[in-house]
Amino acid sequence: MRRNGPLALIFHTIFVIVMVAPILVVCLVAFTPEGFLSLPTNGFSLRWFRAIANYPEFIHAFWVSLGLGALSSFVALLFAVPAALAIARYRFRGRDALAALFLSPLMIPHVVLGIAFLRFFTSAGMGGSFAALIIAHVIIVFPFALRLTLAAATGMDLSVEMAAVSLGAGGWTLFRRVTLPLILPGVISGWALAFIQSFDDLTMTVFLAAPGTETLPVRMFLYIQDNIDPLVTSVSACVIAVTMTALILLDRFYGLDRVLAGKGDTGR
Amino acid sequence: MSTAADERNARAPWVLTAPALMLFIGVLLIPLAMTVMLSFHDWGQYKGIEPVFILKNWREIATDPYYAEMFWRTFRIAILTTLLTAVLGAPEAYILNRMDGRWKSFFLLVILGPLLISVVARTLGWALLFGGNNGLVNKLLMSAGLIRFPIPFMFTETGMVIALAHVMMPFMVLSVWAALQRLDPQIENAAMSLGAGPITTIRRIIMPQIMPGVLSGAIIVFSLSASAFATPAIIGGRRLKVAATLAYDEFLNTLDWPLGAAVATLLLVALVLIVVGSNALIERRYAEVFR
Repeated sequence: MRRNGPLALIFHTIFVIVMVAPILVVCLVAFTPEGFLSLPTNGFSLRWFRAIANYPEFIHAFWVSLGLGALSSFVALLFAVPAALAIARYRFRGRDALAALFLSPLMIPHVVLGIAFLRFFTSAGMGGSFAALIIAHVIIVFPFALRLTLAAATGMDLSVEMAAVSLGAGGWTLFRRVTLPLILPGVISGWALAFIQSFDDLTMTVFLAAPGTETLPVRMFLYIQDNIDPLVTSVSACVIAVTMTALILLDRFYGLDRVLAGKGDTGR
Repeated sequence: MSTAADERNARAPWVLTAPALMLFIGVLLIPLAMTVMLSFHDWGQYKGIEPVFILKNWREIATDPYYAEMFWRTFRIAILTTLLTAVLGAPEAYILNRMDGRWKSFFLLVILGPLLISVVARTLGWALLFGGNNGLVNKLLMSAGLIRFPIPFMFTETGMVIALAHVMMPFMVLSVWAALQRLDPQIENAAMSLGAGPITTIRRIIMPQIMPGVLSGAIIVFSLSASAFATPAIIGGRRLKVAATLAYDEFLNTLDWPLGAAVATLLLVALVLIVVGSNALIERRYAEVFR
């Protein structure tokens, strides 16, 4: 295969710089020693990271986001794993329609979902509650949990299961001791991707969150609406650090391209 | 014995999918149906929401030029964003695909990684880079002699398109990159051995084969941009409204839920029609690629 020419490499360099610049600038400004938005020209300072401690709203929102992401991704998997096994193994009437329904939250704009859930949970008397947030997040992360589990279940060698059955394993034992361990990498990656999606969602959550249940993106968004100061950049830098860690782990264990493209093969 | 097993086999997929199906009917389809109903209800400053069936909200959207202008702005921004990502993302995916293994996976991580980084943080980055008349971008462009006067980026459609294109770029690169994986690398060599120059090879051999990737990427980018909320809200400010930010305002500031529901329903229907329509077109046009 031919190599990239100099023009291609210049294009590539500019492209990468532009892609990274906004993220980099947030992280740099977070270290400013000044009281206003500026790049740290005279020395780095952690004052804006320390300042986060004086804003309990941000810390509370962080815990809400963390709990919400972990819990809703887990609940989504409880529903998604059996569904993925059914879709991967059986050819039945309505299979395509079911798969389309389960992936549909990807296609419905989150602003529409936010409105629908706000209307629904308000009339159910659950407006602004944490339970409502969990249920809503289960729906939006479901496609991610399903897709990665489905990819793992499709690539699975069924003869292993048959061997287990011939040795007398049944139902629950079969699932717990054979099937689950085999699809576990897909399930864990599905959980991680679902967690990141939930952790980052603003558009839907902004409709549902009430003062006690504001997630970190919602808190950040509302803060930015009023004013942009270095505090919100240091909070953003922390969020970026958390996501980057999850991302690198995901890439190591599963391959980021596969996570994002949702390709149907397992084993690298 | 076999009939019992068959029966169990026929029932198994339904037993396994039943919980998820109930969940989706209960807390996705019903709320969506309620939203569509809501758009036909009446609302007044003092009486609140009245559960009657009227076309007031739909008539308002159809007749008030404010909504036509807002929807046109929404779709204009989405189209420009899609074009920008296609024009820059497709060549980048091609360049990326020709890199050596290690560099390829490194840059893939750098370019796709932002997809999973908070949209609020990424948009905040652009707000910092644009930042008024002496923002970093303007300083850079002026010192490079490309422009004489600072371009207003904040609170303009230009700024919204640039920031949105950055947010959406990974989807386009990913989609084109996936199409490139299906491409046989020997085809390029074959074209060259038959005397085709690099430009001819790209135009006649590569382009037609990655076109389905570009188009399916374009559909994703378009539908996500048309319904984007965070970026238009932060870069566009309070005055430059798009569909999502307008619906947000109706719901949480004006409290006119029925009108907001009508805006959201219209956005959903328009997007579903556009996405399903163009998907069908692409699949018919490139049937052999999808097989």
